[in-house]
Amino acid sequence: MITLEHYLMVSGMLFAIGFAGVMVRRNIIIILMALELMLNAANLSLVAFSRFHVNASGTPNYNAQIFVFFIITVAAAEVAVGLAIVVALFRLRQTTNVEDITALKF
Amino acid sequence: MMSPFLFWIFAILMLVFGAAVIINRNPVASALSLVVSFFGLAALFLSLDAYFIGVIQVLVYAGAIMVLFLFIIMLLDLRAEELRKINWIASAGGIAVALALMFQIFSVVEKFPAAKQSFPPLAKPAPDDVRQIGLLLFNNYTLPFQIIGIVILVATVGVIILSRRETR
Repeated sequence: MITLEHYLMVSGMLFAIGFAGVMVRRNIIIILMALELMLNAANLSLVAFSRFHVNASGTPNYNAQIFVFFIITVAAAEVAVGLAIVVALFRLRQTTNVEDITALKF
Repeated sequence: MMSPFLFWIFAILMLVFGAAVIINRNPVASALSLVVSFFGLAALFLSLDAYFIGVIQVLVYAGAIMVLFLFIIMLLDLRAEELRKINWIASAGGIAVALALMFQIFSVVEKFPAAKQSFPPLAKPAPDDVRQIGLLLFNNYTLPFQIIGIVILVATVGVIILSRRETR
């Protein structure tokens, strides 16, 4: 029997994988991919809650799915801007490694 | 609802390829693992009767965003980046923090009694969720929808300005 708990656990694991990617990897493109994993973990738990909260008329709560729709849209815009910044950075420094970009480091 | 067997297949597929994204040293392999992971996630969305979100997930993530990632990776030609040494102490620290976060999430979910119940059944025949989401989007969420449109427009203009070559 699959319950809401299983979906939340899987979502938590996916979020932890994305978080580990942001903490461990030094390539900025991989860091962006790990950010996408974290956003999708949030989407999974939102959709699971939407399916869990069934209205009196027998439909899932679609407000959460609207929220997921907005998250996906913002994620697409975020990736486009992020990759444009990566390209501009690569043009300037010839690197995508975050350890080579220390101009703002205290 | 999907059978438990299929749920575990797709959940494990998603998690294994999600881990492959951060383990692979070749960015192209990472990007392709991310596509497989998102397909597994789309299957989980379908198992939750969220057909519209599942289709959008495949179209936007596996279609548009991954093509963008692969395009940038191949444009920048990142082969030299693979030869760097791994800082094992920093990696172990990062993984330990992520594991701590995961067990924190697990303990919070454990303490949530409602999550132990199974999903309530939907009305028969199954509601057409594209229509419902469309009605909700254009009735209740009109202003956020337009703001999202502005966000996309601003992102487009910003990307063009960022990737323009400097002229002095």
